[in-house]
Amino acid sequence: MFKDAGHLFRFAGLFVLAFVVFLVVRGYVVPKSFGQYGHYRGDALNEIAAHPVKFAGHEACEACHTDVLATKSKGKHAHVNCEACHGPLAAHADDPSASTPVKPDTAVLCARCHTATAAKPRGFPQVDTKDHSNGVPCETCHQPHNPAITDAGGAK
Amino acid sequence: MKLSRRHFLVLMPAAAIAWKAVLAGTPDQAPNYKLSEHWWGMLIDVPKCIGCGNCVRACQIENDVPDGYFRTWVERYHVHDEDMTNPEVISPDAGKEGFPVVKEDAGKYFFVPKMCNHCSDSPCTQVCPVGATFVTPDGVVLVDPKYCLGCAYCVQACPYGCRYIHPEKKVADKCSLCYHRITKGLTTACCESCPTGARQLVDLKNPQDAIHEFLKTHSVQVLKPQMATGAKAYYNGLDGSVR
Amino acid sequence: MMCSLAILINEQAKLLNGVEGFMYPNEIGLQWSVLIVLYPFITGLVAGAFILASLERVFHVEAVKPTYRLALLTALSFLIVAPLPLQLHLGHPERSPEMYFTPHSTSAMAMFGYVYLWYLMAVLVFEIWLDYRRDIVLLSQSTRGPLGWIYKFMTLGSDNISPRSLHIDEKVGWIITLIGIPSAFLLHGYVGFIFGSIKANPWWSSPLMPVVFIFSAMVSGIAGVLLIYMAVTKLRRQPIDMRCVDTIAMYLFYTFLIDFSLEMLDLIHRIYEADESFRSLDFMVHTRLYIPHIVVQIIVGTATPLILLFITQVVKLPERVRKQMYVTAGVLALLGIFAMRWNVVIGGQLFSKSFLGYTTYKMTLITREGSLVAAGLALLPLLILWVLVKLLPPWSPDEKSQHAIGD
Repeated sequence: MFKDAGHLFRFAGLFVLAFVVFLVVRGYVVPKSFGQYGHYRGDALNEIAAHPVKFAGHEACEACHTDVLATKSKGKHAHVNCEACHGPLAAHADDPSASTPVKPDTAVLCARCHTATAAKPRGFPQVDTKDHSNGVPCETCHQPHNPAITDAGGAK
Repeated sequence: MKLSRRHFLVLMPAAAIAWKAVLAGTPDQAPNYKLSEHWWGMLIDVPKCIGCGNCVRACQIENDVPDGYFRTWVERYHVHDEDMTNPEVISPDAGKEGFPVVKEDAGKYFFVPKMCNHCSDSPCTQVCPVGATFVTPDGVVLVDPKYCLGCAYCVQACPYGCRYIHPEKKVADKCSLCYHRITKGLTTACCESCPTGARQLVDLKNPQDAIHEFLKTHSVQVLKPQMATGAKAYYNGLDGSVR
Repeated sequence: MMCSLAILINEQAKLLNGVEGFMYPNEIGLQWSVLIVLYPFITGLVAGAFILASLERVFHVEAVKPTYRLALLTALSFLIVAPLPLQLHLGHPERSPEMYFTPHSTSAMAMFGYVYLWYLMAVLVFEIWLDYRRDIVLLSQSTRGPLGWIYKFMTLGSDNISPRSLHIDEKVGWIITLIGIPSAFLLHGYVGFIFGSIKANPWWSSPLMPVVFIFSAMVSGIAGVLLIYMAVTKLRRQPIDMRCVDTIAMYLFYTFLIDFSLEMLDLIHRIYEADESFRSLDFMVHTRLYIPHIVVQIIVGTATPLILLFITQVVKLPERVRKQMYVTAGVLALLGIFAMRWNVVIGGQLFSKSFLGYTTYKMTLITREGSLVAAGLALLPLLILWVLVKLLPPWSPDEKSQHAIGD
C-alpha cells in the first residue's frame, strides 16, 4: 500500500524540510530581547528612553538662575515654566557657555496667551493688544518674570 | 539677571554634574527607575486650557514630529447650548499657533487638548500583527520603530485618531508620553511648556501624586468611554459635546 | 435633522485639503489605498473560484466539471498575486517575515501569513498536483529541454501512476477539497474580520462583515470563472457547454441573492438603530460615496445582474441571448463586488471618527500605490493564468482540441 503512496510522502517531506528550515532561520532572526516583557522587543524600551532631551525642565534652569526663580515665585507667572517662553534649552543647561538663549520677542510671545478672545476662560487675563498698549511693547510696563505693574513702573 | 562670579564658579559644575546625571538615566542604567513602580497617565484640566498651542509646538520640537502630523493637538469647540450633538470644532494646524479671535455669542467655547490616551486595554496594540506596538510595564503605549512594518492597522484601530505613519521613517508614530523624559524624572514636553497647568503628567502608582486627591474631589472623564479602552488621559470638566 | 446637519457642515465647510467639517488632524490623509481595496478583491476571487471547483469534487455537481481544472488554476493565479498589493503598501516590506516569526496572536492580520501559506501549499497546490499528477508524469517523460526539467521537478521524483496510486490521489484529493472549503472561508473570512473587528470604525465594525465578505467573494469567484471559461473556450474555438454555464449562472444567482440580502440587512439595521455614527455615515453615502455605493455597487453592480440572472432563471431564452446575459451579468457582478470592497475600505476612511467631518481620497496615478499599479496587479493574474494553462492544460488530449499537450 505504501509503495503506491510514496509520492505523498515525498510531498509531506517537503513540508517537514521547510518547517525545519523555518525553525532554524527563526532562531537566528528573532531579536534576543523579544518577549522579555511581553510580545515585543524588550530592547525597544531602552532605545526609546535614550532619545535626546531638548527641553531641560524648569529644575535645571532654577539650579543656576535662582534670582529669576525668586522674582517669578512672587507673581502670577509663578507656575509658568521657563521654557514655556524661552523655548527648549537643554543644550544651554548642558553647556551654558556654548549656547546663549535668544530673548523671545514679547510682541509675539505675550500675544499668544493674552490676546483677548471669547474662546478663552473668562477669568483668564486677556487684552485686545491694540486697545491695551497701542503698539507699545509689553515689556515696557510688564516684567515678564513678574508681570504685575508696581507703583515704580515694574519693568527693568 | 545678575550672577556673581563666585556664584557662577560654584553653581556651574554643580549644575553640569546634575544635568549629566539626569541625561544618563535610562530604565536599566538609572538604578532609581524601576518599571514596576510606575503607572503613567495624564490629567487634562479642560477649563484651564487657553488654546495657546505651546504644547503642540513643544512636542514637535522635543520629538522631531514631522510637519503635517501631530502627536498632540488642541481642538476648539463652539457649542450652542441646546444642541450638544452638533458642536463646531476647529483645529487650525492642530492649534500650533493658537486660534483665531472670536466674539462673544450665544454659545460657549472651550479648548480640548488631545493626545494618545495610553490605554491600558489598547485596541492598537491588540491589532498589531507583529508586536511592534505595545503597552510597557509602566503603562506607556510605545511603537518600536525598528520592528514596525508600517501596515497602518494600528492607525485604523485607534478610536482617538492619535496615530499616523511617519512620512520618512514609514513606521507608525504617536505620542510616547515623552518616555525618554519621564524615565529620567522629567515631565513631558507638553506639560513642561503648558503655562496654565492644564496638562499634568500623573503617576497612578505613586501614592504621593496629586492625582489621587484630584480624582476624589473632581468629576473626571475619559474620551469615548463606550469603547472600553482603559484610557489613562483623564479629562476634568469635559463637556458632553466633546467627540 | 439630516437637513440641519447638512446645512451646518456646508456652512462651516472650508474645503482645505479636500476636508469638509472637522477631522482629527492625523485622519485627513487616507492610510489604506486602492491596493488595500484590491487585496480582498483578489483573495475573494480565489475563495470563490475554489468553492466553484469544490461543487463538482465534493457535492458531485457533474454539470460544472468542464470548469474544474480551470477554476483551480484561476484560484492559483490570483493567489500568487494576492500578497503583492500588501507588500507594495507596507512601509517596510522587508520586515514582513516578522509575521511568520513573531505573529501576534491577538491580531487578525497576523493570521495572514499562515492562512495564506496553508491555503497555497496544503490546499491549492496539493490539490492541483494530485489532480494533474498523471499528466505531469507523462509530460515529464515526453517533454525535452528545460520545460522537461520543470515537469520532472514537479513529479518530486516519483513516476508511479499505477491505477492504485491514482486511486489514492483521488481519495486524498477529495479530503483536501473538503478541508479546502472551510480553508477558503478562512482565507477570505479573516479579511472580513480584519475590518469587522475594529470597534473604532462604525462603518466596519459588524459581526456580519466576515459573512458578507465570504458571500461576495463567492459571487466574484463564480462570476470570474464563468467569464474566464467562456472566454477561454471561445479562444480555443470550442463550443461552450451550455449545461455547465447554465448551472454556474444558477449558483451565481442564488449566491448573489444571499449576498444582497446580507448587505440589505446591514443597511436596514443601521437605518433603524440610527446610533451616533448614523447621521455622519448616512451623509457620507449620500454625498462622497454616492457614485461608488448607490450607483455602481447597488444599481449597476448588484440589482442589474440580479435582474438579468433572474430573467434567465425563469424565462426560457435562446442560447445566444443567455450567453450575452451571462457575460453582462458576470462583468457587472465583478464591478459590483470591486465597488463593494472600495466602499468598505475607502468609505471607512472618508469620514472622521469625530463624526463631524469628511475628507477626500486622492488616488494617484503613477506612484507605488497608484491606479496604474492597481490596474497592473488586477491584470497580472490573467497573465499568470495564461502561463499555467500552457504549462498544465486543463483539457485532456482526447477532448476535441486544436493544440496537443506540451506545445
